This record gives sequence, structure tokens and C-alpha cells, in this order.
Amino acid sequence: MTREPETTPGEPLGGPADLFRDRFGIDERALDATLGRALERRVDHADLFFEYTSQDSVVLEEGIVKSGDRHLVQGAGVRVQTGERQGYAHSDDITVESLELAAGTARAISETGDDARAVAVRGRGAPTHDLYPVVLAPTDVPVADKVALLYEIDAYARSRDPRVEQVIASVVSQHRNVMIAASDGTWVADVQPLVRLNIQVLAASQDGRRETGYQGAGGRTELHTYLTPDAWKPLADEAVRLALVNLDAGPCPAGTMDVVLGPGWPGVLLHEAIGHGLEGDFNRKKTSAFSDRIGERVAAPGVTVVDDGTLPGRRGSLNVDDEGTPTGRTVLIEDGILRGYMHDRQNARLMGHEPTGNGRRESYAHLPMPRMTNTFMLAGEEEPEDVIRSVERGLYAVTFGGGQVDITSGKFVFSASEAYLIEKGRITAPVKGASLIGNGPDVLTRVSRIGRDLELDQGVGTCGKDGQGVPVGVGLPTIRLDAVTVGGTGG
Amino acid sequence: MSEEQAVERALARATGGGAHSADAVAIVAEATEVRVRGEEIEHVKQSRERTLGLRVLVGGKGGLGQAITSTSDLSDEAVDRMASEAVALARATAPDPDAGLPEGGFAEDLPDLELVVAEDRRAGLDRHVEAARRAERAARALDPRIVNSEGSDAGSQFRAVHYANSAGFEGRYESASHSLACSPIASAEGSMQTDFWYSVSRSLAGLDEPEAVGRQAAERALRQLGARRIATGEFPVVFDGPTARSLLASVAGCLSGYAIYRKSSFLAGELGERIASDRVTVIDDGRRPAGLGSRPFDGEGQPTRRTTVIEAGVLGSYLLDSYSGRKLGLGSTGNASRSAGSAPGVGATNLWMEPGQGSLDELVADMGKGLLVTGMFGHGFNPVTGDFSRGAKGFWIEGGERCFPVEEITIAGNLRTMLSDVDAVGEELLWLGSVAAPPLRVARMTVAGE
Repeated sequence: MTREPETTPGEPLGGPADLFRDRFGIDERALDATLGRALERRVDHADLFFEYTSQDSVVLEEGIVKSGDRHLVQGAGVRVQTGERQGYAHSDDITVESLELAAGTARAISETGDDARAVAVRGRGAPTHDLYPVVLAPTDVPVADKVALLYEIDAYARSRDPRVEQVIASVVSQHRNVMIAASDGTWVADVQPLVRLNIQVLAASQDGRRETGYQGAGGRTELHTYLTPDAWKPLADEAVRLALVNLDAGPCPAGTMDVVLGPGWPGVLLHEAIGHGLEGDFNRKKTSAFSDRIGERVAAPGVTVVDDGTLPGRRGSLNVDDEGTPTGRTVLIEDGILRGYMHDRQNARLMGHEPTGNGRRESYAHLPMPRMTNTFMLAGEEEPEDVIRSVERGLYAVTFGGGQVDITSGKFVFSASEAYLIEKGRITAPVKGASLIGNGPDVLTRVSRIGRDLELDQGVGTCGKDGQGVPVGVGLPTIRLDAVTVGGTGG
Repeated sequence: MSEEQAVERALARATGGGAHSADAVAIVAEATEVRVRGEEIEHVKQSRERTLGLRVLVGGKGGLGQAITSTSDLSDEAVDRMASEAVALARATAPDPDAGLPEGGFAEDLPDLELVVAEDRRAGLDRHVEAARRAERAARALDPRIVNSEGSDAGSQFRAVHYANSAGFEGRYESASHSLACSPIASAEGSMQTDFWYSVSRSLAGLDEPEAVGRQAAERALRQLGARRIATGEFPVVFDGPTARSLLASVAGCLSGYAIYRKSSFLAGELGERIASDRVTVIDDGRRPAGLGSRPFDGEGQPTRRTTVIEAGVLGSYLLDSYSGRKLGLGSTGNASRSAGSAPGVGATNLWMEPGQGSLDELVADMGKGLLVTGMFGHGFNPVTGDFSRGAKGFWIEGGERCFPVEEITIAGNLRTMLSDVDAVGEELLWLGSVAAPPLRVARMTVAGE
């Protein structure tokens, strides 16, 4: 998982299901007919996924907004499932004819048989949640407002310190309409806004050293949330601060040491070390280091980790997942004991579990898989200062670039972009180039202290799996991990 | 509307609507993909997609403003709307004195680079199912400790790229990419190890035999069983072909003209300087026959070519498109990359490190004591400083022999120092994509373990 770095308003439309009916002629009858065709042979489940997404971004660099872009992505996919098999065909052409063709292709992989079934989708449902009520789609905010915001950020960030040499800032807005219809009668549509503000600062010292600092924020909210100085100034301050801290940072010592993780984004540890290994597909196939371990202790007492797709306005939240299942809150680890997996429909069905609302896909061109939403550890009781004070000699890691896990062996690694030495319970020198490496089923057993300061990240995470990227959130209170392997170049 | 017509219409509407200049690209992609796990088909995917991308440049005081729009709806109405939106959006951006199409020098010859084999289009889904099954079987048959797998994937993608600009250049090429991959899992004494192997080619005939792919993948997973950590310290490190390739890809990113003019690369300002050991020579060649990065012209219609990027350790050239070239006072190297939905950027074409002498085993044997790296993961590379710190697995070497498999360690250094410390380059050059490197040895890196 990593964090990185006008226009004509759309014509007024009703709900998202109306959009697909009015623009493409996909009505109830077309859905029933296509699903019926997909089910002509004996299959367990068939579903249709429609997407109509507009996205735009403007980027500032070298003090000017040089370029803007705007994209329209539309398409539909037909999926047929039989046992562990899935057939999927998709097209960017949303017409009844191309859907029927796709349904035939998808069905071709299913077992032969001739017990044709009729399908009737039920009256289109509004999602049970309403987690991101947005009046003005972020893609409909005038581009002039976005451009003006970037100029303000540039001027402000440069004014903070003479060592700021370069500012790259961007605003990305997305407006995603989806509709899902399935052979079990599911018919649901959702409108999913997503905004993101990125600020990257390059600072240079007098001796020619250069470092970057990045801070971003976003979520499923109105873009106006970020247009006020109260919202973006702290982000710019943070990007500048990070670049300057790293200019003074020395090499990180290598070896085994106690590590304190700061609150918020360092929750990427949970995502990598624990989260992926608890996705249903790996556990059904028994290819995860966590396979068959429900009920076992995988973390220290006091450690509770949840995946929650129902947090209002968060980047990882969804009213319904990409299979039409309402999102929920899944307890993954409770007081140190492994409790549950995250599921899409197929893996839930094959394992005899309930779907958890974690069936997600990057776009209509991808098959859904079990994916995380917002994954975080619940707060403990300790003051964060006491957690730091408890370490004799170790590392305090506050911000991370990204991480990766080998799900089968459980080995994970992630890279700190802001870290400090802890000496005699006090934070001392900044260090750079620190990586943490460990083993998923083991690392949370090393949690010895949990702070009371749970924070969620700023809303910039993108998780990659099997070539598909989806927006996710993470969160963590300040925690202490005993004896972790830290990579670096220092002695 | 055909993609040629869509490109033509988008350009006409943009220039008619007030653009100073414009270029457009239509990409048609047809893909088939199969995954087999054990004896069972896990999924089959088929798709056909068309995307049209348009870049418009509008005149302003002292330069041009730029915008990019893209759509997968190629109807007249959608193309007209994207053209007018692009012009409006470009007017909202600031004039940039360096923005614009290339001044000229567009590709004149479009050689056949053997990027697609016509009869491969007739190969059906069954061929992929069969190939994936054979790889899967071969992997599982190799050893009883291969107990499971993430499956074997086989697939083909055919693409057609049609590019035109308002300066009068128009070109088209077709290409294919076929692949076969296998990811088995080995298990012993309660621990599991996975690895993968794959083959990728412009032609079906160019793919390795499925049994060879399956066996190689299984051997890679098996040899990692019983892996453990090693003590923290400084050691020589040998990178095998695939991991050397990953290092070279990091170097390539730092050679991009964009990273250079933004000073966000540790190689900025180093043109003509020694940046690596004299054993290191790196070439980029966009016209390598059947190369996975080959194309007759780049994302702005410039001819692709052969560029010596690093010659015996001296930085000979950056990788440039016309914009980053202008920013640096240099000409394009024909390395503009372009997707429908983005402005031109810079990408390597076929980039490789010239082979030296000796097999991987000989590089290892000469090392005495140290680490052989066969896998790296994580994102611990900072292009601005060259600082490098990634997770690794491989083998601990003593007396020039593989003693035991190693995992859960990190290797760290600075890419610039690592390049200077390359003290051996092997002879095997294996193409697993558009970047390739022979095995190489770095004299000293920090390894963090116990």
C-alpha cells in the first residue's frame, strides 16, 4: 500500500440508477434479461456491475498550474460464478447488446446443463447507509477554485522557509456512479465522491542536500472541506516540516530494537502485517500465514483490530461494496484473539460465512476480491508520552511511505519517512531510511503498550492487490513494539 | 466511430475551438486472461476497450496552457464534449514557455518491430487454459512439499495505438503481449513459502514451455523452505537477474528528464560524470526486434532510437521527451510515454545493463562470504537522495557456497554508492519485461537481521 503524491457540470440527473437508465437504456427489463442469459446454464450466482466515473485533477509545479486533466470512464461487467470458478467479461460499451454478448462469454466457463432460470431484480434499493451525502460533486466544483487553491498553497509553503525550493501540489476529484444487479435479486446503486489534496515540498540545504516532505488529505466529502485555509495550511506546514526534518536526519541504525509507532498513518502496519492475511480468499485457499487460526492468539492482550467501512466521509468507506453488500464493521482481532476474516460473496459462500461487505474492485474492468476498507486498532489507556518514555533505546516512527507483505510467509516490510531515535525515554535525533521488517502472525504479539490516542490517517492510502488499486484508510494509537528488526545504513 | 475517425474529429474540434495545437491518441485493447488453481479454472476474463485521449495547448502570454481529457465513450457527442472541455480547461491553466508539441523531427520510417504475430490472434481461450494447467501440474508434480498454490495465470493482450497531432504527424502500430505465470506454495514443518516464475513475449511461440515455468516456480519456492534470519552486519551482496532488474528499474526512474529538472533525482546535474563502476553500461533501445518495450514512435510521434544511458560508469544521457528536454536545454531522446489519460511523460523503452562475464554461481563463488538476494519487497527507495532500504530474501553464502536460505532481513545502502561498488557483472541477460539486467555484485551493503 502506498501514499503519493473547468468544466461543464454534468446535466441534472436523478439517482444513480436513473443515470444508467436514462443515458444507456439499462432498465429493470434489460437487467433481468441479461442476468437470465448469464444463468442459462447451471451457475451459482451471476451479477452485473455498471460504472460511470468522471475524474479531474489540476497540478501545480514550479509556481504555476501547467496542466489540468479530465477523464470519463464508463463500462459494464458481467460475472458468472460456479463453485470456485468465475467467468468475467467487460466492455466499455454499455448497451443491452454488448451486455448480452458479455453474459454469453462469462457463462461459457460454467458447467454445462440446461436448467435455465428466470431472474427478477427487486425494486432498486437505496443503500442502507448514507455515509457521504454530497450536494456538490467534487468534479462540479469550478476548476478556477481548484487552481486558486493551488496558488495559495504554493505561496504559503514557500513563505514558510527559505530552504523550500519546489512545491508540487494537486487536487484530484472523482465522482463514481455504480450500479449492481445480481441473480439473488440484488439491485442497488450508489454515488461515490472522492477528493484528495496532495502537497509535496522539496527543500534544499546550503550544502546541497535535498529532501522531500509530503502531506495529503482526502475522503468522500465535499471538496469545499479543503478549500479553507484552516484545512490546507496544516497540511502545507506538515509537508514543509517533514522536508526540513529529513534535511537534518542521519542514517538509521540497523538491527533489532524497541519501536514506538506514532498514531494515525503508521496503522499501515496493521494493513500489511495483519489485514491482507485476513482477507477471505487467501484463507479459503489456505495460502495465508493466518489460515485456520481463528480463535488463536495472534496479538498481545489488549490488542483489538477492526475493519470498518461505515465511517462517515472516510476514504475507505462505502455505502455498499462493489457486489452490492452493505459495508459493516468486522472485528478481526479481539483482545489478541483472531476472530474473523473479511469476505466478498464468493469466499463467504465457499467458506460458509456471511459476506462482510469487503467485496471491492478497482473498476468495471476488474473482478471483485476481498479488500480492506478502514482498518485500525482500538485505543488503549496509556498516555502517548509514557509509551515513548518507557523505551531505553529505540526508534520512534511517525510517518511511513508504504509497505508490502508476502501473505503466505507472513513477512512484511515498511519504510519510515519520518523517524527519530529514542534514547533514555527521550526523542532525540531524526533518522532517515529506516525500514521495519517482521512477520505478520508474530508482530502484534510484541505490542507491550497501547496509547489512548487513536487517530485515523488523513485519507491518502491506496491499497494494491493483484494489480488492482482501491482507496483505503488505516488508523492506530501510539503503540510500543518490543524487539523489531530495523533496516538502515547506520551502525 | 472508428478510433481513427475519433482521433481526427477530436483534433479538428480542438483546433477549430481555439486550440493553438493538439495531439490525440486512441488505444484499443483486447485481453483474455485465465487463472487455473490445482486442476480447476479459477477465473476467465475477456475484454475489449477503447480509450481516446486528447491534449490541447492554448496560446497565452509567453507560452502555452495545457489540458488533457480522455473518454471511453467514442460517440460524436462525447468526443465533441471532451474537445471543448479540454480547451476550456487549458484556458484555466497558466502559460508555460516550454509547453508544446515537438518542433519537428517526427518519425518518418515506421519499421516492423515484430510486435505482433498475426496467427496468434486466432489462439483461443483453450490454449491459455491448457498452458496454465500444464504449468500448475508441473509445479505440483515436482515435489510432494508443493502442497498448494495461488494459481497459474495465462493471457494475451492485443493493442492498437493510433496517434496524430496538429503538426501533421499520424502513425499507428499494433502490438501483443502474451504471458504465463505460476505461483506455487511449498510447505514443510508448519511454515509456508511462496515464489513465482513467469514468461512474457510478443509472440505465443516466444513463451517458455509451461512445464519449464512451473518447475522453475516450484524450485524457487522449495529452496526457500527453512529460511531464517542472519546477524546484522556489512557484507558483499549478489543480486540475481530478477532482483538486479528491479535495481535497474529504480535507476531508470531517476534518469527521467522530469525527475532531473525537478531536482527530485540523485542523478540531477550528473551528465558526463562518473556515477557507477566502469563495469556498468546501460542501453535504452526502443527498436529492439520483438522487445517488450519496443515501439516505432514514442508518445509524441518522435522516432524511437538507441541511447547509451551509462557508458562504462559515465552518465551519457537522460531519458527525455520534448518537454523535459526543453526544460534542460536538450533534445528529446524519443522516450515520451503516453497513455490515453495522461500528458506525455518519460519512460524507458527496452532498457538493459550490458552483460559481463561469469555465471551467477561464479559471482557467488568469488564472493566468499555474503548474501545472494533472490527477492526484494517494500518501497524503501528515495529517488531524491538515492537512499535504499528494502526487505529481502535469498541465501547466506560462506566459502562461496549457498549455506541456507534467508528471509526477514533488510538490505540498505545508497543507490549511487551501490552503483559505484558494483565489482562484478554476470553474463546471463534474461528478458522478463522491458527492463533486463544480468546478475551483479555490490561490494558492500548493510544487512539488518538479528
